[in-house]
Amino acid sequence: MKTILRFVVALSSVVVALPATAALNVFACEQEWAALAQELAGDKASVYSATNALQDVHKVEARPSLIARIRSADLLICSGSELEIGWLPLLLTQSGNARIQPGSAGYLEASQFVPKLEIPKVVDRALGDVHPSGNPHVHLDPRNIAKVADVLTERLVQLDPANAEAYKARASVFLERWRAALSRWEREAARLKGVPVVVYHKDMSYFINWAGMREAGSLEPKPGLPPTPAHLADLVERMKRDPAKVIVYSPYNSPRAAEFLSERTKIPSVMLPFTVGGTERAKDLFGLFDDTIARLLATVK
Amino acid sequence: MYRKATMALAVAAALGMSRAATAQTQDELRVLREQVRQLDKRVTEAEQAAIQASSRPTGENAMNPAVSVILNGIYSNLSLDPSGFRINGFVPTLGDVGPGVRGLSLGESELAIAANIDHNFRGTLIASISPEDSIGVEEGYIQTLSLSYGFTVKAGRFFSAVGYQNQIHAHAWDFTDAPLANKAFLGNQLGEDGIQLKWVAPTSFYWDIGVEAGRGREFPAGPAGGRNKNGVNSGNVFTHVGGDFGMGTAWQTGVSYLSTSPQDRTFEDPAGTTNSFTGQSRLWVLDGILKWAPNFNPTYTNFKLQGEYFRRKEDGDLTSGTAAQTGGFASVQSGWYLQSVYQFVPMWRVGYRYDRLNSGTTSFSAPLNAADFPVLAAYNPTKHTVMVDWSPSEFSRIRLQAASDKSRSDVTDHQVFLQYIVSLGAHGAHKF
Repeated sequence: MKTILRFVVALSSVVVALPATAALNVFACEQEWAALAQELAGDKASVYSATNALQDVHKVEARPSLIARIRSADLLICSGSELEIGWLPLLLTQSGNARIQPGSAGYLEASQFVPKLEIPKVVDRALGDVHPSGNPHVHLDPRNIAKVADVLTERLVQLDPANAEAYKARASVFLERWRAALSRWEREAARLKGVPVVVYHKDMSYFINWAGMREAGSLEPKPGLPPTPAHLADLVERMKRDPAKVIVYSPYNSPRAAEFLSERTKIPSVMLPFTVGGTERAKDLFGLFDDTIARLLATVK
Repeated sequence: MYRKATMALAVAAALGMSRAATAQTQDELRVLREQVRQLDKRVTEAEQAAIQASSRPTGENAMNPAVSVILNGIYSNLSLDPSGFRINGFVPTLGDVGPGVRGLSLGESELAIAANIDHNFRGTLIASISPEDSIGVEEGYIQTLSLSYGFTVKAGRFFSAVGYQNQIHAHAWDFTDAPLANKAFLGNQLGEDGIQLKWVAPTSFYWDIGVEAGRGREFPAGPAGGRNKNGVNSGNVFTHVGGDFGMGTAWQTGVSYLSTSPQDRTFEDPAGTTNSFTGQSRLWVLDGILKWAPNFNPTYTNFKLQGEYFRRKEDGDLTSGTAAQTGGFASVQSGWYLQSVYQFVPMWRVGYRYDRLNSGTTSFSAPLNAADFPVLAAYNPTKHTVMVDWSPSEFSRIRLQAASDKSRSDVTDHQVFLQYIVSLGAHGAHKF
């Protein structure tokens, strides 16, 4: 009997010591949105990221630990546009949490608030894992971060009006720093204009578009399908006719295909952070773009 | 967008005026020209975005639910005649537990339709179309979205939360067929007509508690269709806890208790006589699953370990068709399986499963005689299964499986299956 009682006491203390005591629980599907929420909310929110930089966000298990987190979330921020379609709907239906269901103020799909690239004219799985509403990796255009920051601030204010002033103040500080950084990045990235690049997956499109680079090919034969020897051999041939200046991949990709192509074509390859936490320097959103640009400049020369 | 266009014009005008008014330096001019060019580019982009946005679907069709279809086909090579399949030592479940037909055959095709009904409910219908041209409702339920505090209610027909594998659709199984324990204790897979209440605790780890009340339409509750009786004929309670170990291992373990009162649950003895059971059936299931992938990224390699332990107690009256007599019957039986699947390179997985059932103790009271029930004679079936599968994309899988099945007490069935499973339409999401 005593052991049962002790167990019940222990259990209830666990229940009381909930994941967060802060005012607002933010559940971010990706690191970049967790970082943005942290910038805007500071200590007014407890921010949790469902994935890390070494995970392929397309392929995530709806793990029990994620259900536990989403159950207590007040605000959910994800890229959207079917990026998380393999796992987020399950988390949502199992959460027992009405605050973050689609259509409520606590549900925020970042990609809905920025102009989308690569909206397919034809949607067919024979073309690979295409996203019918466009490329979802919107965070790599730094202008999009500012746009999403505006929406996110509105939502924070709406969900936690008591701290409205704090959110607005933090947002204006962040946006000012972001604008300053943006004009610096624009200057720095000017040298990347027109540079042809081979990507691993189509997850760099927004950066390429912002920097004015040119996508000269991708290591994946079709979006979402791993590189095949035949496709790589074909790329080697294409690089002879239309050589790229750099091959890029993300921390969650195996570097092997990029290294193979690099060896055969003597085109340098470089891993870019892709999201916050992807490299040591990409500690926050500023570091993400600083490091992405620096790594490209160092490789392209 | 129009504001931007106006701004571009304004800057252009300012450019012109400033030129006329004061003699600006060439450098400043170049900067302004660049700005105009940039603005112009942005206007074009904004216009393009607007065009793309306007091409989204409109009209009644835009509200179509997510529709997906699962197709599967199989080639079976069985050393024993599948029509003689039985699990010795256990009451036949009347379900679809056999290894299927020999040779080439089409498996069950599945049609799944799901969507949010409104802000309160989500609806799901999963119909199975059998190769014999009959259509069945595998699952058809509504589920609450707006309850909060971790509560979810499901009502309709759904796979009961008894054990782990029972809730997984056949197309997402790691092996072609269900474990022996699921066949013997749940008639392959228990779909219940009923209502489920589940609560997810507000803890930092995962913890749920749930209860189901059902019609008892399938084994172990009894004859297909359920009892002719008001109220509840089948009850199930369950709880799961789960979480992560470090950066790559996720786990979940649970226990469930299914209690039913079968009435005239008939089964045909392999000898051809029909017996029936009325009484109580209680089933405990302990389940555990562990999934590992480096940094939770399963793309390249991943590993999965899954196991369940079943224990069933039944007691009541058994009517023997041979002797046309009714007497007392009681049994305590158990079974378990352990399986692991390893993806060693992208697309390729190998797996092994071990099954074991323990017929335990069965007792018959007068006037019944154990000799009247040869299929219930003590026997512990076992089965070894190996498989290798190849998934060229998220939507297709081809699997080769071989098994040595000792479900029958006197002979071993050597089984080989070659199977394809594909999904088309909406992108499915799979439970942990």
